[in-house]
Amino acid sequence: MPNVVLKLENVSKQYRLGTIGTGTLSHDLNRFFAKAMGKEDPTMKVGVVNRLDTVDGRYVWALQDVNIEICEGEVLGIIGKNGAGKSTLLKLMSRVTSPTTGEIKIKGRIASLLEVGTGFHPELTGKENIYLNGAILGMTKKEISSKYDEIVEFSGVKKYINTPVKRYSSGMYVRLAFAVAAHLEPEILIVDEVLAVGDADFQRKALGKMDEVSKSGRTVLFVSHDMGAIRRLCKRSILLSGGKVNLDGNTEEVIEYYLSDASNQVSRAINYGGGLKSEANELILNSIKIVDANNSTESLLSNGNPVYIKVNYEVLTEIRSMRIIAQLFTTRGDELFYSSDFVTWDRGMPRPAGKYESICEIPGNFLNAHKYLVRILIDVPKDKVLIPQTETISFTISELEYDQMGISLGSIPKGILHPKLKWEINKIS
Amino acid sequence: MNTPDTNASPNILPAEWTLILRPKRNLLDVNLHELWQYRDLIMLFVKRDFVSKFKQTILGPLWFIIQPLLTTIMFTIIFGNIAGISTSGIPKMLFYMTGIVGWTYFSTCLNDTSQTFIKNASLFGKVYFPRLALPISIVISNLVSFIIQFIFLCFFLGWFMIKGADVCPTILVLWLPFLVFLMAALGLGFGIIISSLTTKYRDLSHLVAFGVSLWMYATPIIYPLSQIPDKYKIYVMLNPMTSVVETFKTALLGVGQIHYLQLLYSFCFSLVLLAIGVVTFNKVEKTFMDTV
Repeated sequence: MPNVVLKLENVSKQYRLGTIGTGTLSHDLNRFFAKAMGKEDPTMKVGVVNRLDTVDGRYVWALQDVNIEICEGEVLGIIGKNGAGKSTLLKLMSRVTSPTTGEIKIKGRIASLLEVGTGFHPELTGKENIYLNGAILGMTKKEISSKYDEIVEFSGVKKYINTPVKRYSSGMYVRLAFAVAAHLEPEILIVDEVLAVGDADFQRKALGKMDEVSKSGRTVLFVSHDMGAIRRLCKRSILLSGGKVNLDGNTEEVIEYYLSDASNQVSRAINYGGGLKSEANELILNSIKIVDANNSTESLLSNGNPVYIKVNYEVLTEIRSMRIIAQLFTTRGDELFYSSDFVTWDRGMPRPAGKYESICEIPGNFLNAHKYLVRILIDVPKDKVLIPQTETISFTISELEYDQMGISLGSIPKGILHPKLKWEINKIS
Repeated sequence: MNTPDTNASPNILPAEWTLILRPKRNLLDVNLHELWQYRDLIMLFVKRDFVSKFKQTILGPLWFIIQPLLTTIMFTIIFGNIAGISTSGIPKMLFYMTGIVGWTYFSTCLNDTSQTFIKNASLFGKVYFPRLALPISIVISNLVSFIIQFIFLCFFLGWFMIKGADVCPTILVLWLPFLVFLMAALGLGFGIIISSLTTKYRDLSHLVAFGVSLWMYATPIIYPLSQIPDKYKIYVMLNPMTSVVETFKTALLGVGQIHYLQLLYSFCFSLVLLAIGVVTFNKVEKTFMDTV
């Protein structure tokens, strides 16, 4: 019978949106009266799903009805995209803030590493900071003293231990901070992506230490976007999305599900609710979509098929010589092309008032299996910009259907593009 | 699920839950035991305050003495010589300095602790420790500077006595530890109440700085209690710091009034205030990260 050391029961957490400080007094009074009258708190409405982009209420549920049980000695990975509630969950468990509803039950000492070097003071020496940081993380002076030599050894900054840490390089600083944290000995350790710091050599050392910690029978909760690290350290993982536990199980399965889930892709469409108007009110941009041949924005895209950029707009008063420009970038920001519909509309004939859709076809057998970014710009050349460069829409070609290399051994061919080029082979002799 | 190897596990786990986090905690559920467990942290905070305050300063801890000394000189010139406020026959410098040293401890405690949440938001947002550890460490580190100032004041007093001034410490100096406790309790009490409220209502932080300096004028620092017209006396008496400062002066200088009833009032006041402070602080500390 495994011993459950950490148990979350129906844990929810509500946050208030916007600036805190305006109107809080009236909210407080409101709540107070509601409570006094025995009614439900008017600001809490359970059942609203947390989405960062569409928030109607002024309160948001960062976590809803989370139930997790963690057994002794287990190393649990927590994954999910930004805003899924990972950090909130860690904050609740590390007692930085308390849940709005539900209970968290803990057995033994719990220590959290949401950041390395918490409470480091730049004026204090390395040695003084080891003691201060250790105490902040919950160690007693005696415990720190007994581990002091080990910590200094691990950090590799022995020479500078009596120098104020403000003179340290950032690498030394991080190494010292991690060294303190790594020597904590709580029953439950919570770690938040602290490994994403330091040089490669130190990262290897840090991961090794994490391995060691997890093998020593301690319970560890590990949050990361680094699937490699999660795979290596955790047997079991939890996928959070929208503040709820979406999947709980074997790490491999959870990661596979997470990566393949289409809803985790950034939306391939922008809908401007009331339309995006040009300055002189002659044009409204309604939407930009990136679709496949079936007009779907949700499907998986393959490099063998064309991809369409659809720009939906309304001309309010006739515009002469306007053009819709589509820009394609790599995720590193290199511009791949800059194309427009100017020539297609008979070299800038006036467009009379009405609704339009300009479609740019990126042919199949052209892009590689990468993520690309699109931006739209609407202008009248040599005159004015109607709609300045829009925000970025990204799409990912996830399926490699066309591979001119023949065999890429399960990996993606090199190069930003993978166009179908014509080859001719002539046997000379 | 992997079964832990019991040999590798250095810790024996308790059979019962050691900690249950709930949305609402009983108002009076103040975990002083936990605070005691973190006493090393409190002392390290004190050390941090101390070291960081005087790193890269030429005069270092001498600033503890310069501060009250300059204020005393200023007061002597303005209130003593220009305004000509009576000091009950005590040498002006000595009279002002005694008041200032006593008042400074209270006011620095109040000022510094009132910023606990705002100033340490980034620290509190990352790790848990009993939040009360910080204001308590502030009170202790200010106590150290108070002691240094007090020793300086004693030298000052001794020098004036040798010069033949009509001052003499009385047996009342035995009350000093009690007076220091009252100063600390009042400063801490007000400070943590304000810091709890500033997490939501930032306006208060603006009020504190000048509020404390105004308060000083409502306390017999630059004037003796005996000089107050009777119709104002009741208001000055309502100020819990009045009897503290007045007794402090009487004990050291041997001139002045001491009202035991007043001291009792200050004592009760500080206990109630401290209790309210700890309870509000305790309530706010759990969720303040969401509002700060």
